[in-house]
Amino acid sequence: MTKVLMKGNEFIAEAAIRAGCNLFFGYPITPSTEVVEYLAKHFPKAGGTVLQAECEVSAINMCCGAAAAGKRVMTASSGLGISLKQEGLSHAAANQLPIVVVNISRAGPGLGGLGASQADYFQSTKGGGHGDYRLIVLAPSRAQEMYDMTMEAFALADKHRNPVMILAEGFLGQMMEPAELKDPAPAALPAKDWTVGHSAGRAKRFIASYGLTNEQCEANCLVWEEKYRKIRETEQRWEEFHTEDAEYLLVGYGTCGRIAKSVVLKARQQGLKVGLIRPITLWPFPEKAFVPFRNKLKGVLTVELSAGQMVEDVNLALQCSVPSHFYGRQGGVLPSDNELLGQMLKAFQLKLPEGV
Amino acid sequence: MKKVFTKTKGLTDLPFHYCPGCTHGIIHRLVGEVLEELDIMDTTVGVASVGCSAFAMAYFNCDFVQALHGRAAAVASGVKRSLPDHTVFTYQGDGDMAAIGTSHAFHAAARGEKITAIMVNNAIYGMTGGQMAPTTLEGQKTSTSPYGRDCSQMGYPIDFPKALATLPGAVYVAAVSVDSPKNILKAKRALKRAFQVQQAGLGFSLVSFLSTCPTNWGLSPVDSLQWLRDHMMPVYEMGEIKVTEEVKAL
Repeated sequence: MTKVLMKGNEFIAEAAIRAGCNLFFGYPITPSTEVVEYLAKHFPKAGGTVLQAECEVSAINMCCGAAAAGKRVMTASSGLGISLKQEGLSHAAANQLPIVVVNISRAGPGLGGLGASQADYFQSTKGGGHGDYRLIVLAPSRAQEMYDMTMEAFALADKHRNPVMILAEGFLGQMMEPAELKDPAPAALPAKDWTVGHSAGRAKRFIASYGLTNEQCEANCLVWEEKYRKIRETEQRWEEFHTEDAEYLLVGYGTCGRIAKSVVLKARQQGLKVGLIRPITLWPFPEKAFVPFRNKLKGVLTVELSAGQMVEDVNLALQCSVPSHFYGRQGGVLPSDNELLGQMLKAFQLKLPEGV
Repeated sequence: MKKVFTKTKGLTDLPFHYCPGCTHGIIHRLVGEVLEELDIMDTTVGVASVGCSAFAMAYFNCDFVQALHGRAAAVASGVKRSLPDHTVFTYQGDGDMAAIGTSHAFHAAARGEKITAIMVNNAIYGMTGGQMAPTTLEGQKTSTSPYGRDCSQMGYPIDFPKALATLPGAVYVAAVSVDSPKNILKAKRALKRAFQVQQAGLGFSLVSFLSTCPTNWGLSPVDSLQWLRDHMMPVYEMGEIKVTEEVKAL
């Protein structure tokens, strides 16, 4: 199959169309805007509905309505816009509404900046809105994954009746790369026998999450908790790179995962036994990837475009059994591979052989 | 013996939880009757809001979606765009629609979203215990305006239907009351017309009901109705505020 050259944001939009998304509700915000622009141009021709909402809050609530009606639906935003959607995301999770939410993240806090940042990790993986709930969070690291994971996000959302977030730095949304436009993978998904509309011949139903009694509320929470447990058990995804004999591990997702790969290759050229774990699902965090490395490593270095957020999950997954280090850049700045290599050597107290 | 009145099939058999004297019950019945008379119970989706009517979804004999506080018009827009052959209505209080949900209702109207919005205006937040709402009248005492609403500090009451009526996308806007049998009949005609406007695909329709809250107003049900007539009706424009030519031609 031939590859096409597009921006990451455009691959997400194209994947949504091909995944059978029916509706898109959005609001422009840099660096995610190409998603709504691409869809505005191409989606109606493919039979889809694109509606530019008056605000992010409205867009996510429109998504709730469409998902309740049984349609595949997506919204996309960045940073501040995602913050505005948190109330709706909590509501969508509580009502078990399958919605795909794209966060082409930008630097925060506050207005922040437009550069690449991974400082939305906590917000994306630990809740973000009020109450105990989880989003499934996918972290692509290149254009092909922006496309593939968007397709997969729709299937995961329908499979688990849960909102799914694609979390990618603005860098990945803006960068042009070649990728294949694949067809969606066949998936056996549960029947949508819970949606509203066309109610002839069955009891009327409503979609709501409010509990009148504490006991009812707790019963609801237990249902959701059980679902999250199942997702945690079955949906952890990650990529390993040169980990077979690794004495040291780098951990990074998204763009950091790519930079860390270059560092692993450079280190391996010098005979240093360095490997990489690149989390693909940020929630559920791929704890299983780390189990074999507990008590077995000389060191782990987590690299993020933040002040250190995922590093907490790395330490939990390793049960703090190995020396843990962190390197981060913030505000939209990316580390170079040489910079990260230097930081790694410093952290692990390693030296390159003489003459290098 | 000839049966002259029966409960509409548009409502379920669940007893209402509303306080004695509250007019939600009458308004619910009117909505239920319109659903039945238009024979759209199987093809209607209601959107409930947050407030006293948060549990309205259990009372109507049609499918329902619960929306967050103020977000009903956005949720309804999402439902309608997904099910364009269905009738979609919101059922919201004045606090829900005209404060936290202002932008959603306003823009749904601006888009000419083919939904029907029902606003029940009792001039306060009822469910949380009678706080000041955007519709609270000048001088009216509430738990957050204990000395009376001072408009110089707290702003002026909003006649929300009138504001929406300025938008081209809002093709039918009516403000009604259920304080007397005559007005109940008028209210039902307006409500039915609003649903028919939607069925004809003409645009956004809104029916605002003046409602009483004896519990939080601290008045008897009968005195509440009189208070509504004396104080609310002079402030809020009543009747069919906007009827476009297309709607008249229906």
